[in-house]
Amino acid sequence: MNKKLQVEAIGTGTVIDHIPAGHGVKVLDRLQVLNSDARITVGFNLPSDELGAKDIIKVEGRQFTEQEANELMLFASSATINVIEDYKVVGKFKMSMPETMTGVLACPNSNCISHNEPVQSQFSLKQGKIDVMMKCHYCEKSFSKNIVTELH
Amino acid sequence: MENRFLNRSIISIADLDREDMEQVLDVAAELKKNPRSDLLKGRVVASCFFEASTRTRLSFETAVQRLGGSLIGFADGGNTSAKKGETLADSIKVISSYTDAVVMRHPQEGAARLAAEFSSVPVINGGDGSNQHPTQTLLDLFSIKECQGTLDNLKVAFVGDLKYGRTVHSLAQALTHFNAEFTFIAPDALAMPDYILQELDEKGIKYSCAESIEEVAHKTDIIYMTRVQKERFDETEFKHIASNYVLTKAALKEAPEHLKVLHPLPRVDEIAVEVDSTPHAYYFEQARNGVYARQALLALILNEAVF
Repeated sequence: MNKKLQVEAIGTGTVIDHIPAGHGVKVLDRLQVLNSDARITVGFNLPSDELGAKDIIKVEGRQFTEQEANELMLFASSATINVIEDYKVVGKFKMSMPETMTGVLACPNSNCISHNEPVQSQFSLKQGKIDVMMKCHYCEKSFSKNIVTELH
Repeated sequence: MENRFLNRSIISIADLDREDMEQVLDVAAELKKNPRSDLLKGRVVASCFFEASTRTRLSFETAVQRLGGSLIGFADGGNTSAKKGETLADSIKVISSYTDAVVMRHPQEGAARLAAEFSSVPVINGGDGSNQHPTQTLLDLFSIKECQGTLDNLKVAFVGDLKYGRTVHSLAQALTHFNAEFTFIAPDALAMPDYILQELDEKGIKYSCAESIEEVAHKTDIIYMTRVQKERFDETEFKHIASNYVLTKAALKEAPEHLKVLHPLPRVDEIAVEVDSTPHAYYFEQARNGVYARQALLALILNEAVF
């Protein structure tokens, strides 16, 4: 069987693997907010034993911190992060839910004071019965992560 | 006693634990018995009401003056620099540089939390949009303790608009520290929100729903009434619904003597005037207690030792 890599290997950087197919775009969008100059290679709908189909994203020349990786968890909870140095995987971790998130997402409550003032949005995160719930530090309202929109 | 509040901002009831609440109530009871006109002597408090209010503002301002302090401020946001487009952050930086504490009400949720982050002195939240109104909860707790002798293991029925009523949410959350048992009496459209029910479940608090006040009056210690607002329904629907959530003398026929009725006020017609003269009416005393609860907070925040 042909074991050739489906996306070209990178020398140094981060590979985000096992992203559920279709969610890669969201992760990509977020990555570009974090670092608009990064060299990024993407693969969508690649075959995967675990997921059937997966997306994969490779970021060259930049190794993610755990907090940065965890912030991506909201967009693709099953993904794994591989930190690459000299074409070898030197660190591998599964994302875990961060306890707080600052400046990434806008509060969906249009009457929340965080929209008009010189502050960053802040949420505390908690696993709810069905979904991750995000509670705004300012207006104290809780939202399912799916309705919280990204800041640009 | 150790002062748990010195220089502390009061933003949300969720920031207070049982011991914090008990300390405010103890000091409020003491000040009601033995007034002190020296505790805020030489202090200036800003009363910043970016949104109009009657009871909250007047009772805060009374509290400051009864304790010997003086006030600066405004009664609505219309004539302030907020109107010119100044951020709340800037307004509060300036106002806090003039004063020893800031009391504020604002139409946007989260305003008090944000103000506390930019203020150089403690901020007391007098209501931020539909979010929090912690001093209302403290005066509710003070009134309950005063009329029942305890806060522990009480049976409390909440009636009316349980969906939008921030006073109801905050009081229910506060009473979870005291093992209360709740009954909710509300139209389906105004039922207690799921996130509060979830919190009660997590804390193992017992609660149930009932159709009418009569049904539960005989086994209840506190009935907490709220107003069902006309604008939430069309006119015919409102007439039909509202009549089920009006407290009358007849509904209290089987009530035990110690049952007391509370209401954050203003009342419109959800408590019949005939109830006022029964021994169960406690809502005007509750409104009066607002001054003592707010005095207690101000005194604790601005003095190392109160008694």
